Amino acid sequence: MARHRGRGMASVNYPIGMNLGGDPSQALIHSNPDGKFTVALSAIDLGQGMKQVTRQVAAETLGVPMEDVYVDTADSDTGPHDMGSFASRGTHRMGNAVIAAAREARGVLLEAAAEELEVNAGDLVTDGRGNIHVKGAPSRSITVKATAQAAQFKQGKTIAGRGIFLIPLSTVDPQTGELNPNTAFAHACLVADVEVDDETGEVTVLKMASAYELGRAINPKMVEQQLVGGAWMGISHALYETPEPYYPDPSHGPRDFNEYLMPGPGDTAPYSVTILERPAPDGPFGGKGPGEMCANPVLPAIANAVYNAVGVRVNDLPITPEKVLRGIKANGGARPQPRRGGGG
Amino acid sequence: MLEFRKDLFAAERDDNLNIVGKGAQRQDMPGHVTGRSPFFDDHAFEGLLHLKVVRSPHHHARIRAIDTTAAERAPGVKRILRGADVPLNKNTLLSLINFGKDDEPTLAVSKVSYKGEPVVAIIAETEQQALAARALVRVDYDVLPHVFDVEEALKPGAPVVNETYPNNYFEYHDRYDHSKLRFGDVDRAFATADFIVDDRYQMSPIEHAPTETNGSIAAPEQNDRFVVHSCAQGLFFSLGTAAKILKLESNRLHFIGGTVGGGFGGKVDSLTEPLSILGAMMTGQPVRYVLDREEEMLYGSPRGAERIYIKDGILRDGRIVARRIRSYFDAGAYTRLSSYAAIKCTAHLPGPYTIPNVSADIYVAYTNRCPSTAMRGFGITAVDFALEVHMDKGAEACGMDPMEFRILNAYRDEDMKAHRRVAKNTALIECVQVVAEKAGWPLSDEARRQSSLTGGGGARALIPATPIDDNGRIGRPETRTGPATETLPAGAMRIPMTKQPIMEGSAEARPTPAAVPQYEPYRPTPASMPPAYQPMPAAPPPAMPPTAATAPPPAAAPAPAPAQPTQHGAVRFSSVFGTRRR
Amino acid sequence: MAKIPVQFRLNGSDRAAFVGPSDNLLTLLRRGLNDFGPKYGCGQGTCGTCTVLVDGDLQLSCLTLAATCEGKHVETVSGMAEGPVLHPLQQAFMDHFAAQCGFCTPGMLTAAKALLAANPNPTRAEVIDGISGNICRCTGYDAIIEAILAAARGGQAKRTY
Repeated sequence: MARHRGRGMASVNYPIGMNLGGDPSQALIHSNPDGKFTVALSAIDLGQGMKQVTRQVAAETLGVPMEDVYVDTADSDTGPHDMGSFASRGTHRMGNAVIAAAREARGVLLEAAAEELEVNAGDLVTDGRGNIHVKGAPSRSITVKATAQAAQFKQGKTIAGRGIFLIPLSTVDPQTGELNPNTAFAHACLVADVEVDDETGEVTVLKMASAYELGRAINPKMVEQQLVGGAWMGISHALYETPEPYYPDPSHGPRDFNEYLMPGPGDTAPYSVTILERPAPDGPFGGKGPGEMCANPVLPAIANAVYNAVGVRVNDLPITPEKVLRGIKANGGARPQPRRGGGG
Repeated sequence: MLEFRKDLFAAERDDNLNIVGKGAQRQDMPGHVTGRSPFFDDHAFEGLLHLKVVRSPHHHARIRAIDTTAAERAPGVKRILRGADVPLNKNTLLSLINFGKDDEPTLAVSKVSYKGEPVVAIIAETEQQALAARALVRVDYDVLPHVFDVEEALKPGAPVVNETYPNNYFEYHDRYDHSKLRFGDVDRAFATADFIVDDRYQMSPIEHAPTETNGSIAAPEQNDRFVVHSCAQGLFFSLGTAAKILKLESNRLHFIGGTVGGGFGGKVDSLTEPLSILGAMMTGQPVRYVLDREEEMLYGSPRGAERIYIKDGILRDGRIVARRIRSYFDAGAYTRLSSYAAIKCTAHLPGPYTIPNVSADIYVAYTNRCPSTAMRGFGITAVDFALEVHMDKGAEACGMDPMEFRILNAYRDEDMKAHRRVAKNTALIECVQVVAEKAGWPLSDEARRQSSLTGGGGARALIPATPIDDNGRIGRPETRTGPATETLPAGAMRIPMTKQPIMEGSAEARPTPAAVPQYEPYRPTPASMPPAYQPMPAAPPPAMPPTAATAPPPAAAPAPAPAQPTQHGAVRFSSVFGTRRR
Repeated sequence: MAKIPVQFRLNGSDRAAFVGPSDNLLTLLRRGLNDFGPKYGCGQGTCGTCTVLVDGDLQLSCLTLAATCEGKHVETVSGMAEGPVLHPLQQAFMDHFAAQCGFCTPGMLTAAKALLAANPNPTRAEVIDGISGNICRCTGYDAIIEAILAAARGGQAKRTY
């Protein structure tokens, strides 16, 4: 009886959003009299970071400090329509809607500043620190705050913007499946190192390494959150989770967290992620969206690593000790496959 | 551990940004660490009532009678709701985008189709009183035969799970019992293959298991409206669903949410909002309906199981020449969102690889289990598991290293995808290369030289001649296997490009940012291209040593794209799924 | 059913309520006293989102009878900060991005507070043991473990981008 090490990999892509389109997102932005902005949305933050992503996108587009922008979501009386937070559509669809709204608000802001400075709005730039100045002449400047006050109380201008992003609905050809699908695809490749105990059938993930191409990591700390948490969920899906362990027989269903198995804080594996950024032509600053795909390569990489370790193909998830042991038995014992480079 | 490879694709990126790209603190973090983030249940109401539902104990049964008299007299009970109290007691979630037929009651009336289906709702002053009254409801059932296996469910004579879809499958395009993908001639290509790899995969159902269970609080608000604190993943999706079921104008509802204790797809279904609002309407008091953990685990709609069959034809040099896929989504008793998952899955095939011949049949089958719904990676996660384990087997069959096998078959810019659109903005090869380097997984020099930017297009951009069929007509299972009815010529496209994204908002100083949406229309292949079926690209294969010297010739100069007719009126998904005729 | 009067301190302030004999502390805190810090995650003692301290001891408030808190001091996440100044654990959770949806965070912080009170310099294994009754579905735990270790060290964020 022994423990066998194995290494497996998988590579995937992920289509961002509802793939037929027809899923609009809207945003509204307005300014206080002192140039502090509120972004009103009906988008949902369920942990993925919608509030902060849209805050950074709005501040970048407006050209103001991030601290001068707060995102208010979600109240159906104030936030305009959005399809919802699913299909990794939030960053891409809502990010673009926020850009559109912020551009409109910025347009008014620069018009107001131009009137105060008596220059052409097209000659103005923002410094991202709360100032607007003439391109190439930083001394001819006005603060965003003074501009907003002038717009509000002197010029009678509304520094506000509205935005929508919509990929129109595609039709589908029933016979060939031809369609105009998603416009952005993220990519990933992942290597998993596992150890399989041929006496118990237990699989332990020793470490994982991945590369994710996400268009643009709008907030790298939040990308890390998503990818690390998603990899944990991938291990969980691969090795532990199911409400029907003998599917399609529905019996033996778990009712609580004692019976529904997931890795605990002591079951995590060291995980190293590398981010690649090939901007999506239609993404907000090129962003795509890491939320949904981050478990996907983990499942097959672990399955392939288990095969590499003991020569058992488990085609039915999850890869329980019972299935591994049945496979080892059917093979007449563990059959370790050739080691992969660096996987020893 | 997170690191960046800023050197890759640097030419396509403007990294001179102020805030985007910075790891700034989350706006919601102070609320999270102080316990002040307002989740749906974190709202105080005077006179708050609690709603609990009576659920079916059977997988499939006809309801003979429901007796609530004892429950009505139980202490603290304010109101009991039955199916007849629900203004529109049949709905399907995607009816909001006009996709599919209403098939699911809020409270079952004549039969139950899964164990745990809600039948009666009880509203009481405390949760304990509601639970006590729940035990007093008497429902008489005639148990019916059930079916749990997707392939069994599709056989003639199987128990009818869902009367709206009496053949136990979702109906695509008013025409077929499955969603089709046809690209090239897989049968002819299999005949040319050196290796055939054929296998079956089963993705298990998965529970979302968010730490916050599904729930909502609805309360009468001023101005004759109702405020609803909701954990919905789509605020207006839930608002629209509730408005439809309750036959209310949308502006009578004020939904507040946006701070949700995990969802992962399990909070798209509006499981609780319609009943808590109905309860508030009926009692004139705030009503809270929250699933307990056991309900969330057993009846909170899981990620659906999927059974996937894959057959690959592979040449000795490692090129995959044909891939056939047959897949079954287990929708459970009602449609919810499974119908859309199959659409997304179909378009995703054959995965991130350029394969000249692809065919797929994707079914959504109804079974007598809790309806499944969206979950993280919906429509993709399961098939990616199957595809990538299958790729491992393919590499083994032809004696290739699994990474080299993927790089060889990876899609590249300008390649034609199986849904007849050109691939852009690809980066699979680079991801494989970067991981190989990190993990110390040796790659050949050729593999290390490959790039997503080169080597694509040319012969790889052709749409092959494609036999098409009329198999699987609705209600005619005998048509599931049959010959091709015609062969579409090479280059054929049937769907106009209508996909220019729309982004509103007036002009401003920032010149057209990098983020302005562009969708490159497919350039039809010039008529001079050979229309005949080609068993495989005439040009050298993905070319294991293509370097700059062997870059493909530039594509033929495209004719100016013809103006597309503007679409007028509301976009209706019916044109896609419902009443489309050709 | 007769109600039982109960008086206790909640985050340093006096509270009084009438509770049923089977009422749990979580329901009293949330619905009786409007302290929404502790969360309902399972009601079965399997998830830890309702974790509170009772006289300094870690307790699952969903399994604690409210009537048993007579004369005791109940601490929740709502009382963790010193006025506007965050507790070092709260600051460390922020610095390490140790929350996503934030729903498990109150229980996680409370468990960590009890751990550090008993063991100011825990090892990684001891931290894991200390939060093993608390389920997080978002983060994969590592950021939480690092945050608790950093708070114990009095440390700040590892790195910034």
